[in-house]
Amino acid sequence: MSSLSATIQDVFNEPGCAKNANKSDAERKKGCTKQLQPGGAAGGCAFDGAKIALQPFTDVAHLVHGPIACEGNSWDNRGAASSGSSLWRTGFTTDINETDIVFGGEKRLYKAIKEIIDKYDPPAVFVYQTCVPAMIGDDINAVCKAASQKFGKPVIPVNSPGFVGPKNLGNKLAGEALLEHVIGTEEPDYTTPYDLNLIGEYNLSGELWQVKPLLDELGIRILSCISGDGKYREVASSHRARAAMMVCSKAMINVARKMEERYGIPFFEGSFYGIQDSSDSLREIARLLIERGAPAELMERTEAVIAREEARAWAAIERYKPRFRGKKVLLITGGVKSWSVVAALQEAGLELVGTSVKKSTREDKERIKELMGQDAHMIDDMAPREMFKMLKDAKADIMLSGGKSQFVALKAAMPWLDINQERCHAYMGYVGMVKLVEEIDKALFNPMWEQLRQPAPWDNEGDNWQSRAIAQVDAQAAAIAADPVRAETARRSKTICFCKKVDLGTIEDAIHAQSLTTVDGVRDKTNASGGCGACKSRVEDVLAAMPAVVSSTVLQAAE
Amino acid sequence: MAIVTTPKKACAVNPLKMSQPIGGAFAFLGLRGAMPLLHGSQGCTSFGLTLFVRHFKEAVPLQTTAMSEVATVLGGYENVEQAILNIYKRTKPEIIGICSTGVTETKGDDVEAYIKLLRQKHPELEKFPLVYVSTPDFKDAFQDGWEKTVARMIEVLVDVPEASARRDTARVNVLPGCHLTPGDLDELRTIFEDFGLRPSFLPDLAGSLDGHIPEEFTPTTIGGIGVDEIATMGEAGWTIAIGAQMRRAAEAMQARTGVPFRLFERLCGLIPNDAFIAFLSEISGRPVPLKYRRQRGQLADAMLDAHFHIGGRRLAIGAEPDLLFDLSSMLAEMGAQVRAAVTTTQSPVLERIRTEEVLIGDLEDLEELAKARDCDLLIAHSHGRQTAARLKIPFYRAGFPMFDRLGAGHQLSVGYRGTRDLIFDIANLVIADREDNHQPTPDTWKVTDAGLQVRPPQLH
Repeated sequence: MSSLSATIQDVFNEPGCAKNANKSDAERKKGCTKQLQPGGAAGGCAFDGAKIALQPFTDVAHLVHGPIACEGNSWDNRGAASSGSSLWRTGFTTDINETDIVFGGEKRLYKAIKEIIDKYDPPAVFVYQTCVPAMIGDDINAVCKAASQKFGKPVIPVNSPGFVGPKNLGNKLAGEALLEHVIGTEEPDYTTPYDLNLIGEYNLSGELWQVKPLLDELGIRILSCISGDGKYREVASSHRARAAMMVCSKAMINVARKMEERYGIPFFEGSFYGIQDSSDSLREIARLLIERGAPAELMERTEAVIAREEARAWAAIERYKPRFRGKKVLLITGGVKSWSVVAALQEAGLELVGTSVKKSTREDKERIKELMGQDAHMIDDMAPREMFKMLKDAKADIMLSGGKSQFVALKAAMPWLDINQERCHAYMGYVGMVKLVEEIDKALFNPMWEQLRQPAPWDNEGDNWQSRAIAQVDAQAAAIAADPVRAETARRSKTICFCKKVDLGTIEDAIHAQSLTTVDGVRDKTNASGGCGACKSRVEDVLAAMPAVVSSTVLQAAE
Repeated sequence: MAIVTTPKKACAVNPLKMSQPIGGAFAFLGLRGAMPLLHGSQGCTSFGLTLFVRHFKEAVPLQTTAMSEVATVLGGYENVEQAILNIYKRTKPEIIGICSTGVTETKGDDVEAYIKLLRQKHPELEKFPLVYVSTPDFKDAFQDGWEKTVARMIEVLVDVPEASARRDTARVNVLPGCHLTPGDLDELRTIFEDFGLRPSFLPDLAGSLDGHIPEEFTPTTIGGIGVDEIATMGEAGWTIAIGAQMRRAAEAMQARTGVPFRLFERLCGLIPNDAFIAFLSEISGRPVPLKYRRQRGQLADAMLDAHFHIGGRRLAIGAEPDLLFDLSSMLAEMGAQVRAAVTTTQSPVLERIRTEEVLIGDLEDLEELAKARDCDLLIAHSHGRQTAARLKIPFYRAGFPMFDRLGAGHQLSVGYRGTRDLIFDIANLVIADREDNHQPTPDTWKVTDAGLQVRPPQLH
């Protein structure tokens, strides 16, 4: 396990991560993972994250070494799409039992690898470690090495047992497995000056194919997509690409950065969500490829494609403008890159509530991202009744979000659209953005809502569960407001940092007691904003609101 | 008489089985104001949660003790304590149900002792309902988790009646197996009530996961049987257990309260429902209402209409033991041949399945058997979809999880009416498959050297 903990430390030290760069040494050592809260945690484990990141490799056999829970409860549950093999959707697991726990599961694992190769003959087998075999000391690296030699086939250990951390750590550990065992082990049949890697794109709902035709038209070849609709041979020879785009998420930043380091493949972080971001990304791809030796005329062709596609998309969205006039959207998301979605929705004539930014200029981009991230955190933390109250207060006509807020919205007869990863529609590129607007239109103007908002014949108007819920929340608020002691307790218990669960009172006390004046100081003492960092602006607000404190030691010195 | 076999292979491919702890958590979801808590790493919970949410399309309460690597090695008392305190404070549940997982069982956490210690340390929790069940992932399956959990609920939550206490003969305890849907429970409730009986379902998923709009927003379950009602189950006249898996719980109830029980292994099909309805008439002292006399006639007629399509069908079925026994028996009674049967765990009903061999295996086994034995009807949960697509045979989804179609919570199999609708659904699938894929062509009966193109009857 020492090598695993070394890998985890290495991942935590990721210099490519902007958040990381802002942290102190001690903070960095603790890692970018928020402390999991027993009884209050949500989300997957590191194994889940590793599997999500690698499973979209379609021709690989993904073998999970563990008890039935890890694979039996989770297989074939992702909406990635494949243009070829369906082997990735086959669930393989050693399903270890009590005997294996006592005598060790390595033999069973080895036999399982053999059975898979005999029956399915995949180009490679990925073996995922889970908690129980990690506890009993099964050495999957050794088993994979032996199997690899014996069967003459790559057998790749993915060492990311669930209990080492959350999903995003698992993503990165999966990336480490690729870097250590896969990338650079094969050579492509041929190379071109237009060879590109996409990193961190999973082809959910086939959305990669909303963008790929444009790349094809420009003559840009996706040498390897890590990992959506990917193939083993492609990723194994991906070190010959000229440039790389890290799509959307920072999940695999370690792969992008280390490939730049080892193979000199420059990368940029981009997104295909939204019209503006799609255009920016295409330009950036062209720029990097030209820098690496592609003919300069690529840029002209790229600009032509961008101009054509933008015109088409805006024309398509333009049609919705009259229908959307005066309609309000509540957009709550931290996952999908929000800014360019915001821009497109505003362009379609929708008004956004939930962000204080009225018009999104480029300078507002960071601010909006921050706000949305914060809102997404907040809603995860909310009781359903409060969430409902927020929806009502926002007076929104439709809500766009992911996760558990959907049931509150829908049950309150509020139109809702899934923009998270489990969604069934593809929203990437220019066509994807038009599709999103189309879906909003469908949801908004469905005649069903009218009926659902009618009271049942036995209910009086205004005396339904919705209004009772609101009344309860209001009554609580009023009771608190009437009682100064409770009001102060309530004020102080407001959560400021959701990652580390730090409330306002704790921060105020720390500022008082320690005479803190900076966000860094507050972070050192209270851990607030030591997680995702999105609450930095709130901590700044708290600091600004506090009367300047002169510490008692300073006073003493003055006397 | 079927022979039950277990596979020799090291690698399970396309698992049919799901793990025990989420079967246990599923049972807790049928209690009112409940928060199920898995003692394990947070992935254990999130995988189960995703399954439930996709199956029911509902918000589902399920929490984790979020065991880290270090906590796992050192023991999880702090995590269990913190989790319970957090849940108690934040969500104000009426009960917390705790299931262990593979990680914490491998370490050997003594959660019962943790709970004792915790009650001492936190007086506010002294009387708070906490039920713990040991459900390691590396043993048994989903159905076993449910079975153990319901039995444990009875042992912990049901009051022992006083010796002089009188039984309420109109009150019936109903212990449904995990193969019944919320829709099935509602159907049964109506039947009981039509006989003037007052049923208490333990657990009652129909109260919590039937997809209703809640009266109030709570972060715990939004319905189901209350802890107070469970406490008084000892006053009932009878306990009715449905599915062989519920024998353990029914025996626990009898041992604790003296309430006699009757076990119905099946409630799908004509004969099982005759026995059920006759029993209700007997214990209620009421004649069978006209409604059920008519429904019996409708079921008989449905069987007549559908036997043309179901008779002779070669069935491949993969399901947990009680569902497998129920559905395969009903179809065998309509003339289908059970050619391939795969299940997840041991059960006394397996050897009575009307086939030669029952395999405790996975969907790869089922697919191979179905292909080798030329099956032309597949029944499994949603994970059978890839198998069905490759075999190109009609596929009826039954059991948990059903994540790729709507209405999983309302699919019926119990009662005369439920059986009738199920028969129609399956027969219609067969008819549609014939229309889409097996229309006669001029060459269908072409004379070849191979002899007559009529499939000889293959009887086992």
